[in-house]
Amino acid sequence: MSAAILRSPLHDQHVALGATLVPFAGWEMPVRYSGDIAEHTAVRTGAGLFDLSHMGEISIRGAEAAAFLDYALVGRLSALALAGAKYTMLCTPAGGVIDDLIVYRRDHDHFVIVANASNKDVVVQELDARVDGFDASVEEISAEIALIAVQGPLAEGIVARMCARGDDDIRAMRYYSAANVMLEGDVHAFVARTGYTGEDGFELFVGADEAAAVWELALATGAADGIVPCGLSSRDTLRLEAGMPLYGQELTRETTPFDAGLGRIVVFGTAAKPRGDFVGREALLKAKVEGPSRVLVGLVGDGRRAARAGYPVLDDAGEAVGEVTSGAPSPTLGRPIAMAYVPASLAEPGTRVGIDVRGRREDMTVAALPFYSRAS
Amino acid sequence: MSNVPDELAYSAEHEWVAGEPDAGAEVTVGITEHAAAALGDIVYVEAPRVGDTVIAGEVCGELESTKAVSELYSPVSGTVTAVNEGLESAPETINSDAYGEGWIFKVEMTETATDLLDAEAYAATIA
Repeated sequence: MSAAILRSPLHDQHVALGATLVPFAGWEMPVRYSGDIAEHTAVRTGAGLFDLSHMGEISIRGAEAAAFLDYALVGRLSALALAGAKYTMLCTPAGGVIDDLIVYRRDHDHFVIVANASNKDVVVQELDARVDGFDASVEEISAEIALIAVQGPLAEGIVARMCARGDDDIRAMRYYSAANVMLEGDVHAFVARTGYTGEDGFELFVGADEAAAVWELALATGAADGIVPCGLSSRDTLRLEAGMPLYGQELTRETTPFDAGLGRIVVFGTAAKPRGDFVGREALLKAKVEGPSRVLVGLVGDGRRAARAGYPVLDDAGEAVGEVTSGAPSPTLGRPIAMAYVPASLAEPGTRVGIDVRGRREDMTVAALPFYSRAS
Repeated sequence: MSNVPDELAYSAEHEWVAGEPDAGAEVTVGITEHAAAALGDIVYVEAPRVGDTVIAGEVCGELESTKAVSELYSPVSGTVTAVNEGLESAPETINSDAYGEGWIFKVEMTETATDLLDAEAYAATIA
C-alpha cells in the first residue's frame, strides 16, 4: 500500500469552495463545505452536489463477463438489462460480506462495478482470483473516472439541463437505470439514476480530466435551484436516515447479507430461472434456512444523546445484548437515530431497549427501517 | 484559519476563558471557533448545572454534532454560577458566535488557574 494521500481531480474546486478536507480511505476528501445540516437539508428539499471520485471503479469485459459475475457475486447479473444497475455484494465462501457494490451493465459483454474506496483493492484481488477459467477481464479504472452525484428532488431538472443531448433520457430514466448522454461542453457522460441519500438523484461517470468542467457545470446549472456542494458528513446522515448500510459498520466479513436484512439480493434461482454455483452459495443457503441469530434494526432515541458506532445495546436488566453500528442526531427527524444488531427477540418495532452512551443509559425504541422515505 | 481573540485565555482542550482567571473571580467559559468547526453543527450541549463544582482539566459536559460527540472540559476550578440557557433551544449558536452568544457557563473560581494558554500559544497548538 502506498502511504501517499490521494487527491480527487476536484481538489482545487474543494479548496476554492472552502471545504474542510479530511483523510478518508487513503484520500483527502471534503467532510463539509458550509455546514452538515444545511448540506443535509439541501439534499432533502432541493439539490446537493457530491464528489465521489474516491469510489473504486472496476471494468469487467469479455464474452463471459456476465457468467463470471454470476459466479463471483451474490446477484444474478446476467439478468441485468442493458444500461441497468443492480445493488449486490461480493461475499466470502463462508458468506461474509467483502464489499457491497453497484454493478452497471454498459453492454452485453461490459459491466462497471462501483466499490467502496476502502475495499477497492481487495475487491479487485478477489475478482482476479475468481475470473480464472472465464473469458473475461478485470480492469481497475478508478484513476480514469470521476464520479459526481447530483442528489435531491430538484436533481432531475438540473441534470437534464446539464445535457446538450440526452435530456429526454434523463427525464425518462427509471431508478436504477442509466444512459449515455452528452453534457454541455461536449463532455460524454454515463449517467445513472442511483445514489446513497434516500432521495431521487443521479450519479455521473465522466473522465477524470473533465471532472472540473462537469462540477462547475453542475454548480452553474443548479445555481437557480440552490444546489449546494455536500461533503461526507451529510452523506453519512442522509444514508443513515435512508437505512442504507455502510461497509465497515453494518456490513463486515463477519456479517452475511441475511444478518443485514438484505437477503433478498442473494439469488439462489428457481426451477424456472435456475442459477448455477456462485461463491458463498452453500454457506448463504444455510444462513437463509437457519435465519440470522442477530438482526439489524433501527433505533430512535427518547432523549437527545445519540448512540454511536460500537456502543452496547442493553436489555431491561442492563446486560449488553447487541451493538450499535451507526448513529447520529437525525437532521430530518430532530431525534437521535441509530442502526444496531440485536437478538431476534428484541427486533420487533416498538421494543424498548437501552444504549450505553458513554456510561449512561439512554432509552430507545426499535423502529422499522428506513427512518426516512421520500414521497414518491 | 479560525479566529483566536487576544483578550481570552485558552485551555489545551480548546475551551476559552473570559475574565481574569484568579481565585474568587467569576469567568465565562466557551469552546473555541476551531473546536466548534472541527465538530460541525452542534445539535446538543450538556453543560454543568448551576451550583456544580468543576475542576480544571476534568470533564464537565459534552457537545454533540451530527458528525461526532466531544467531551466538554472545564478550563478552571470553582463553582458554576450560570449556564447559557439559550443553548438548550439554539445549540448552533456555538458555531455561529463561539466567543459571544455561544458562551457555555460561568464559574466562580476557587483556585487561580496556572496552566491556561494565551492567544498566541493556543493558536500555535492548532496551526
